[in-house]
Amino acid sequence: MISAVIVFPGINRETDMMQALEATTGTKPVAVWHAETELPPVDLVVVPGGFSYGDYLRCGAIAARSPIMNDVRAKAARGLKILGVCNGFQILTEAGLLPGALIRNAGLRFVCRQVKLRVENTRTFFTNRLNQGDVVRCPIAHGEGNYVCDEETLSSLEGEGRVVFRYVEGNPNGATNDIAGIVNKTGNVIGMMPHPENMIEPLHGATDCRPLFESLLAA
Amino acid sequence: MKARIKVTLKKGVLDPQGKAIQGALGSMGFAGVEGVRQGKYFEVDLAETDKSKAMTTVKAMCDKLIANTVIENYEIELA
Repeated sequence: MISAVIVFPGINRETDMMQALEATTGTKPVAVWHAETELPPVDLVVVPGGFSYGDYLRCGAIAARSPIMNDVRAKAARGLKILGVCNGFQILTEAGLLPGALIRNAGLRFVCRQVKLRVENTRTFFTNRLNQGDVVRCPIAHGEGNYVCDEETLSSLEGEGRVVFRYVEGNPNGATNDIAGIVNKTGNVIGMMPHPENMIEPLHGATDCRPLFESLLAA
Repeated sequence: MKARIKVTLKKGVLDPQGKAIQGALGSMGFAGVEGVRQGKYFEVDLAETDKSKAMTTVKAMCDKLIANTVIENYEIELA
């Protein structure tokens, strides 16, 4: 399982993500600079978290128009697996790879803490090692994680089981239907606000999110 | 030519910043503020001198980058 992690100016979680991928899949990921125009041959592309372009204009807006994103879009259309975490989720929505948008947290505060996520869909490449309804602890750190979309999109997400993760025991950002992560119609693009890469080693305080990464090996 | 672009949140999209501003106005003593919606304003200087060509270009800019049409509307004024 070879993965690539895309690096944009202002991203700061790429190292955590690369370490998590290497620790769980056994293969060191390739870092790909945003100005590249072609992805290397990989099985998975991860768009990591951070603050690409200082969140100028809208979170993820500028990064979503980077040269590399044309190839990400083209290969996603052919089924390449794409995972976006936090800013990466914002970038994927801005790039049109996932529906909806992430707006300012309802409480207006940047929220940096641990939350609980319920796994709602175990048929994805990032959740196949978990059981439906499993609750995992996972850290979040974002100011704009409030997921919104129109009624039609929401009913298709809910009706087709495309909500992958839902916040339980409290909604930290006001996200519609407590949505923390979603998958696209074809099942190969996942976006989530929480940071599973920071909950896989005993030093992180818990390893709840390790099975998510281990799912990549089975996918 | 200069394009003046106003980007506003679509009706129904929650605007927590607008709500906070509304709350502050109330606490400052401005009575009767029934709502505040925060938006963005852009000025784009263009080399183009043809108004209709400029409008086509600026619309494309708005659709592709300046606005996120999932949550925002935009208005363009050329001068």
